[in-house]
Amino acid sequence: MGDHHHGPAKGLSRWLFTTNHKDIGTMYLWFSFAMFILGGSFAMIIRAELFQPGMQLVDPLFFNQMTTLHGLVMVFGAIMPSFVGLANWMIPMMIGAPDMALPRMNNWSFWILPPAFLLLASTLFMDGGAPAFGWTFYAPLSTTYAAPSVTIFIFCIHVLGISSIMGSINIIATVMNLRAPGMTYMKMPLFVWTWLITAFLLVAVMPVLAGAVTMMLMDIHFGTSFFSAAGGGDPVLFQHVFWFFGHPEVYIIILPAFGVVSQIIPAFSRKPLFGYDSMVYATASIAFLSFIVWAHHMYTVGMPIAGELFFMYATMLIAVPTGVKVFNWISTMWRGALTFETPMLFSLGFLVLFTIGGFTGLMLSIAPADFQYHDSYFVVAHFHYVMVAGAVFSMTAAVYYWLPKWCGRMYNETMGKTHFWISFIGFNLTFFPQHFVGLAGMPRRIPDYALQFADFNMMSSIGAFIYGSSQILFLYNVIATIVAGKPTSDEKVWDGAEGLEWTVPTPAPYHTFETPPKIDPSHAHS
Amino acid sequence: MFLRAKRLTALALGPVLMLFGLLHAGTVAAAAKVNEVNMSPGATDVGQSIFDLHMTIFWICVIIGVLVFGVMFYSIYYHRKSRGVTPATFHESTKVEIAWTVVPFFILIGMAVPATSTLLEIYDFEDAEMDVLITGYQWKWKYEYLNESGENVAFFSNLRTPQSEIYNTADKGEHYLLEVDEPLVIPVDTKVRFLVTANDVIHAWWVPELAVKKDAIPGFINETWTHATEEGVYRGQCAELCGKDHGFMPIVVNVVSKEEYASWLSEKQAEAAEIKKLMAQTFSMDELMERGKSVYDRSCAACHGANGEGGLGKAIADSPIATGDLSGHLEVGINGVPGTAMQAFGGQLNDVDMAAVITYQRNAFGNNMGDMVQPIDVFNHKKG
Repeated sequence: MGDHHHGPAKGLSRWLFTTNHKDIGTMYLWFSFAMFILGGSFAMIIRAELFQPGMQLVDPLFFNQMTTLHGLVMVFGAIMPSFVGLANWMIPMMIGAPDMALPRMNNWSFWILPPAFLLLASTLFMDGGAPAFGWTFYAPLSTTYAAPSVTIFIFCIHVLGISSIMGSINIIATVMNLRAPGMTYMKMPLFVWTWLITAFLLVAVMPVLAGAVTMMLMDIHFGTSFFSAAGGGDPVLFQHVFWFFGHPEVYIIILPAFGVVSQIIPAFSRKPLFGYDSMVYATASIAFLSFIVWAHHMYTVGMPIAGELFFMYATMLIAVPTGVKVFNWISTMWRGALTFETPMLFSLGFLVLFTIGGFTGLMLSIAPADFQYHDSYFVVAHFHYVMVAGAVFSMTAAVYYWLPKWCGRMYNETMGKTHFWISFIGFNLTFFPQHFVGLAGMPRRIPDYALQFADFNMMSSIGAFIYGSSQILFLYNVIATIVAGKPTSDEKVWDGAEGLEWTVPTPAPYHTFETPPKIDPSHAHS
Repeated sequence: MFLRAKRLTALALGPVLMLFGLLHAGTVAAAAKVNEVNMSPGATDVGQSIFDLHMTIFWICVIIGVLVFGVMFYSIYYHRKSRGVTPATFHESTKVEIAWTVVPFFILIGMAVPATSTLLEIYDFEDAEMDVLITGYQWKWKYEYLNESGENVAFFSNLRTPQSEIYNTADKGEHYLLEVDEPLVIPVDTKVRFLVTANDVIHAWWVPELAVKKDAIPGFINETWTHATEEGVYRGQCAELCGKDHGFMPIVVNVVSKEEYASWLSEKQAEAAEIKKLMAQTFSMDELMERGKSVYDRSCAACHGANGEGGLGKAIADSPIATGDLSGHLEVGINGVPGTAMQAFGGQLNDVDMAAVITYQRNAFGNNMGDMVQPIDVFNHKKG
């Protein structure tokens, strides 16, 4: 190509055939937002039905389809692709690379996603309805007792897995091979570190998930009995295989979120990240521990006591590296010069609420107490504190933080702050009362409940509508920024921000770092 | 300490609760323990241990939380740029990192010790005085008293809340969704071992106040136990998603005095002997239809529709099976359809009920076969 500089192609073919990391990142981000709205609408249906005791809007089977699709769409369609999109946009710009290492595969790993989710959503209109066995799809409810659409579901999971594996290989290859000279591993921004570790987790566990759904497929169509005791199999085997994937999966979701917050808190504290090295080690420890704690999701399946004890102790240990991270973030803020723009507000929201989710996680790790918490609304509250206030808040912070760099226009700060406060209040109103009903004995995944849970459920539903509608404000703010935001051409949009992405022009040109940047050796990680 | 702890929690939550109490006053006044915010220590020693453990860990988390958030909010307030501070530049300290790795580790050990001892207490299955086999079905529970002398006692426990309450055409009762036609009855001050399994998908038997939650897994038998120290009625629900009516398979346990239990048991045994006698009888069409309707509503309507119109299962009205060969119909009813959600009801219904419901299906919803099934026909079909 030599000195042949070119901009994006015109029209639809730009997006269909693009191999540009920024274009692909943009598509991932928009796609994940669309899925966030879709999964959110399912949640609104759930909360509307649960607004009062009694069945009002949907029938119980449809309710189960909603809980199932809400979980699947949010985990696989919204949160995971959003962070892949962010990785696509930011990793090359953070390590001084011209693009991702495997650009054609990058295109493919995005473009197989929309058809997969279209197919998954289409199961709603199939005979027997969409999958109704929960996002954890325990056999035999998901095999012998499932609607015919389960076969489509299995196919979708395979496609999502392939997409994730390709995306991860790409990130690993990029980080390992395309760092600018002088950008050593211990100088990489923490977001790059957390994604590198996440990518290894993905490559390790997505094939396990593929194995689980393939065994389901065999049981359903080819007469095997992996998960049926009648043929010599074991339904609990499914849960072991699923959670061997599923537990690393939750760290796959949260580690990039840690990375984002580790970029934003120093920027608005105007002070370098405290304990960079220990942050890297803590991330690696969390990743390692994630492989040996899966059965804490299964304390009630009837494990022998030795198993219960092992998984309890191992799970409790996760509190140590997670604590280290929280302490480091707070030390970063300590004696800084703090300002509270929208990205910082969402990061602080993350810090407070994720820590609460961490505490309930610690409580859940205690096996004997978990016998009471397990499969109750306490668990629902716990994982929404880490998934929504953890992953989604951090993703939202990331969008506000980098949006000016992406489009060269500033978002409306007042609207951003309003978005934060409505989200924060709505979120807590939704999920805090769920701790109470869970402890008081309300099981999860039920379409109707006993009368003593009515008030808290109504609160929860009101909170959910508030949180849900605040996302419309977010969408409006982002579109308004792109279309008519105040133009900015400062390379460093935020005065405290550090890192290579802030050395390129604003808005970031179509191609960046075609020649590698010089890394100042005295300058540690950003 | 824990009593005080509870009061503190209540104090903190008071304003929030009051607000909603006012908004919602009256509608649910009849139900017990409205707006409960915490776990119940329940009616067993194990439940008390779990509750104590739960509160200990809760307070440790609260203390850590207050410290961590305290530092954070101090920083948010005093280290803001608008106060004209100059940011410090420090960014690492190995000593501090080691401290906040080691200290939490010891706190965790402090938590692990009581957790381990409570777990050992729960896993002590020895010296059970009686056994009950609990089987989860979509969407009901079956209880079978093992090792009791005399006639074998086994029965199903179904949701008693009428559809009219669920679909809001009637006022909801005090124990809405937490009431059954036949509760499990166990004696007080007795270590009762539960053997838990399932017939179709995975369920979980959970009664919070008895401190029992155990998965019911088809093909495997789990064990758990309880030792209630107080008489009373304890309510719970299935805790593992098990399909359409997962939310509608409650558990009710009556813990009664030992004398009351003994007389209840002998009554049930007499009932079982009565059913045995009925098996040898011949019934009229009207008797079969009347009994058949109540069996249908209880056992078939959830999937096949209240009027045989179908739903999760195939329609009964005009169905080739219900209007076809009698022995084919008996076969489906008794042995189910393998590989589908149609269960083998031969083990769930006694021969009298089976005969009645097959007769009913063949002569209701517009089906008009005119034939009858007697208990002896069912018995013979089962024998092959």
